[in-house]
Amino acid sequence: MIKGKVHKLGEDINTDVIFPGKYTYSISDPAEMAQHALENYDPEFVRKVQRGDVIIAGKNFGCGSSREQAATCLKYAGIEVIIAESFSRIFFRNAINNAILAIVSEEIPPLAHEGESIQVDPQGGKIYLQNRIFIFPKLAPNVYQIITDGGLLEHVKKRIAQQESR
Amino acid sequence: MTDMKPATLTEKIIARAAGQKSVEPGEIVNVSPDRILSHDNTAAIIKHFSKLGVKRVKYPDKIVIVLDHIVPASTETYAQNHLAIREFVKEQGLRYFYDVGCGICHQVLPEQGFATPGALIVGADSHTTTYGAFGAFSTGLGRSEIAVTWATDQIWLRVPESYKIVLEGQLPPDVTSKDIVLHIIGTLGADGAIYKAVEFTGPVIAGMSMASRMVLTNMAVEMGAKNGLIYPDSTTEDWLGEHGVSGYQAIYPDEKAEYARSFSFDLSGLKPQVAFPHTVDNVQPVSVAEGIKVQQVLLGTCTNGRLEDLRAAAGILKGRTIAPGTRMLVLPASRNILLQAVQEGLVETFLRAGAMVLNPGCGPCLGAHQGVLAPGERCLSTSNRNFKGRMGSTESEIYLASPLTAAATALEGKITDPAKYISS
Repeated sequence: MIKGKVHKLGEDINTDVIFPGKYTYSISDPAEMAQHALENYDPEFVRKVQRGDVIIAGKNFGCGSSREQAATCLKYAGIEVIIAESFSRIFFRNAINNAILAIVSEEIPPLAHEGESIQVDPQGGKIYLQNRIFIFPKLAPNVYQIITDGGLLEHVKKRIAQQESR
Repeated sequence: MTDMKPATLTEKIIARAAGQKSVEPGEIVNVSPDRILSHDNTAAIIKHFSKLGVKRVKYPDKIVIVLDHIVPASTETYAQNHLAIREFVKEQGLRYFYDVGCGICHQVLPEQGFATPGALIVGADSHTTTYGAFGAFSTGLGRSEIAVTWATDQIWLRVPESYKIVLEGQLPPDVTSKDIVLHIIGTLGADGAIYKAVEFTGPVIAGMSMASRMVLTNMAVEMGAKNGLIYPDSTTEDWLGEHGVSGYQAIYPDEKAEYARSFSFDLSGLKPQVAFPHTVDNVQPVSVAEGIKVQQVLLGTCTNGRLEDLRAAAGILKGRTIAPGTRMLVLPASRNILLQAVQEGLVETFLRAGAMVLNPGCGPCLGAHQGVLAPGERCLSTSNRNFKGRMGSTESEIYLASPLTAAATALEGKITDPAKYISS
């Protein structure tokens, strides 16, 4: 179970406000990336965020560049779940590949408030918010495996090692 | 006859790369791409690759690397990244490496013959969609995915539903493909084609150059599209022939292919368009933006840094000088284009007008070097994104427009309808 507080963001949150382009080729340490998470949207975000917190946003979250650091910086800032009305496709892939659970929901974003308590049960496909339970469709097992393995690189590394030991 | 369902171009290309007879929208398939693109981010991809437990990339000749984002290196960190990439290229025996100075990947790949009809191309860059102008399926991926594709030659793709956008009407002389795509994005929204394959077709496309077509597919991603596509025709064949490209197998959609949605745009009477800060879909006719003062004008990038773009702007700038207090940066998309611009006298026109001509590359588009913006400054740019803080300060503003509007704006120091410079 993932437990934390809601960070409520708007629509069309793009990769430049999540992780500015000027850092994309100069910062390679994920912990340092986390220091700049959402810097151009809310410079206070990194001070407020705690492990287990959940981002809830409107449509088209993560639009723009393919930069994977937009997902990596959020992951290392403590975000394991993002709920949005829709995701930009490259960000959606990058999120899963960085072991972030990206949940599409049109119902939750309009209801959620900044700072509310939230719990997410990834395996059970349940979100607990405002004394209500929201069901979300579970990811395909092979995709969910990427998240439980800790991201795409770990997942593929494991697979390659298994193939070689056969 | 078989009872196979008619397929879109995207479905046909994905099916081929997946080794299947057919695919259905929504299906997730593993594909073996024809080309795998990366740029300065190759340094980070190498680090990811080294974690996978394999020593060699699977197919070195599928990998294309172009250094373009921060070229030449502006800091020691960038220089170290470039060095690490050059060493990796040598060690892995990668033939298709284009070092600093060749140009922007989205121009260099077509010039080098990698963007061919029917090809499936993945790249660690969102504007990889550009190659759809040649009838290829091309889309962006993250860095980890590119590392995994180097190692395994396999990547999963969800087969997208397809949208068809039909462009009709008579284009006014001051309206370019940039105005068209801004108008489409303004109409459909920044998420208007999210996850979708977008096919551009119709009589306006038939009359368009390859450079103009690449503007449409380049910016398809700005409405959320997975890929943009234009069917190959004689214009495509001629362009490829001129660039010495042959041996490709063009693929076309079935006549009765199903589209999730179709849109038709009549472009007669369209005015030059401007995307206001800070989203690409915040689009208005230029008349609404006229008079807004700018300190910088950027002409070029992977969207509008091609020869016809430079010619269009030079046509307006010739014999004139840009407004005092306005900086104009010209960023050709490749060395070939810069060379042609020199030979045609376009560079002389830019310099005499008071502009700066930068080396081919991404320049200030992503805010890393060569003309970043101070707080309170405004830039009118022919690039593809106007996100808050993208070109520097979060207190600066970016307006997107065509090369014609860019040239007229540079002359007046404020956003200007190019019409009066075209009719005169």
